[in-house]
Amino acid sequence: MFALLFFLLILPLNALIGVYVERKLSAFIQDRLGPLYTGRYGFLQTVADIIKLLQKEDIKPTAADKYLFKMAPSVVFMIVFACFAVFPFAPQAQGAQLNLAIFYILSILSLDVIGMMLAGWGSNNKFAMYGAMRAVSQMVSYELPLGLSLLCVVIANNSMDLQEIVHLQSLHQEPSYSGLAWAKWGGLFAWNIFQYPLLLLVFPIFLIAGLAQANRAPFDLPEAESELVAGFQTEYSGLRWAFLMLAEYGLMLLIALLAALLFLGGWASPLPNIGVVALDSWTSGTVGKISGFLWGFFWLFSKTIILILVQMWVRWTLPRLRADQLLRFCWKYLTPFGIVLVLLSALWRVFL
Amino acid sequence: MNESTEISEFGIVLLFLIGGLMLTLIGMGLGSFLRPHRPNEEKNTSYECGEDPVGGAWQPFDVRFYVMALLFVLFEVELFFLFPWAMILTYEGAVAEWSLFMLIEGFIFVGILLVGLVYAWRKGLLDWIRPEARPSSFTSRIPEQIYKQFKS
Repeated sequence: MFALLFFLLILPLNALIGVYVERKLSAFIQDRLGPLYTGRYGFLQTVADIIKLLQKEDIKPTAADKYLFKMAPSVVFMIVFACFAVFPFAPQAQGAQLNLAIFYILSILSLDVIGMMLAGWGSNNKFAMYGAMRAVSQMVSYELPLGLSLLCVVIANNSMDLQEIVHLQSLHQEPSYSGLAWAKWGGLFAWNIFQYPLLLLVFPIFLIAGLAQANRAPFDLPEAESELVAGFQTEYSGLRWAFLMLAEYGLMLLIALLAALLFLGGWASPLPNIGVVALDSWTSGTVGKISGFLWGFFWLFSKTIILILVQMWVRWTLPRLRADQLLRFCWKYLTPFGIVLVLLSALWRVFL
Repeated sequence: MNESTEISEFGIVLLFLIGGLMLTLIGMGLGSFLRPHRPNEEKNTSYECGEDPVGGAWQPFDVRFYVMALLFVLFEVELFFLFPWAMILTYEGAVAEWSLFMLIEGFIFVGILLVGLVYAWRKGLLDWIRPEARPSSFTSRIPEQIYKQFKS
């Protein structure tokens, strides 16, 4: 119950701060100033945006399929939100303690496509339709590399429970079989990407596929502003559009959280124990106590925020791909590479 | 974790689904007190860059999207079969050769997957439509070489 309220608070907060940070960061990258006038340094810009969106008329086009059109934002947001049910955000703090967590995330994420298709089809608008078709083909294709990279992690850790995967990357639990020996120092040496160096190759695949899943640039073809107006969101206005936006930022947070949990040690401290200087133990707190909770929360969300910033940095650095480049990149590069990595990690698991 | 608590954990998942739905519904409900509701015919037309919309958007689509979806279903199902395999690849108390057998079996399975991918690749199903550069009938007095020099 606590996790539910926590994520209900975190998601809008993430969008609220995320939009402001993204605008400021893009301004910095493009040598502009970004929002300035609302509040000091434009801090209140997104609050003002939300108040504006609340007051906007809810336009439903006559040509649209009313039910599908009205349903779509709720469906998209609901599905993204349901993914957060299994995320641990500190030791012993988690919504649903499923030991099928990764399976669950994959299956729920693929439902997101349906929400976008509803939005595009229900709008009965050509731009929205093109956007939705592109969104579906893209998300469906990039689901494969995403699934393959998750499979590599499952093979390496022999677990589908997110909480247990994080435990294996911390000093709390001895792995049943060891990756590299330096994992016993704790800190960042116990992270999956350093404990099993093969996952260092998997991590970029996961991030790229995650970017494509979240429809972020350079994979933002479904809402390519310069060619499709706003893709599947074209007909939406006011709060309904705000919920689609909220879902997009939620998806961004989801990818960053998942990457932090699976590859970067989750809520475990990044500082290693070196002899008597036990930095990891000092910065982990006690599990089950309030200190353990606060440290776990702090480390997990620091990693997540860094990954979100990386996603924004990528967005404002790389130009948008073409549709054929996008699918060629997925099917001819990421997928075969992912399959080979799955086989290699199985070999690693059995023989090392 | 035993089985009964595992299943009851899905109750929390249901709570999350309801919570997400509630947030959007309550948000829309609260918004309806604040927002105006003055629809007119012009406002409710489909957006088509200011022009009057011609025809609907519910039209047949390129068959390649269908092929892509079909390929996805094939690969996704095979991928999901690999998860249980990954979980029992090694476990304590197995006979010594267990892992080796599992490995060989997995390799055969993934091999079939790869053959499918290669087949789709050779068939050209993974190629998206690309605009072809058609040579123009126009001949300029400036030799082609110079254009190429500037283009590269």
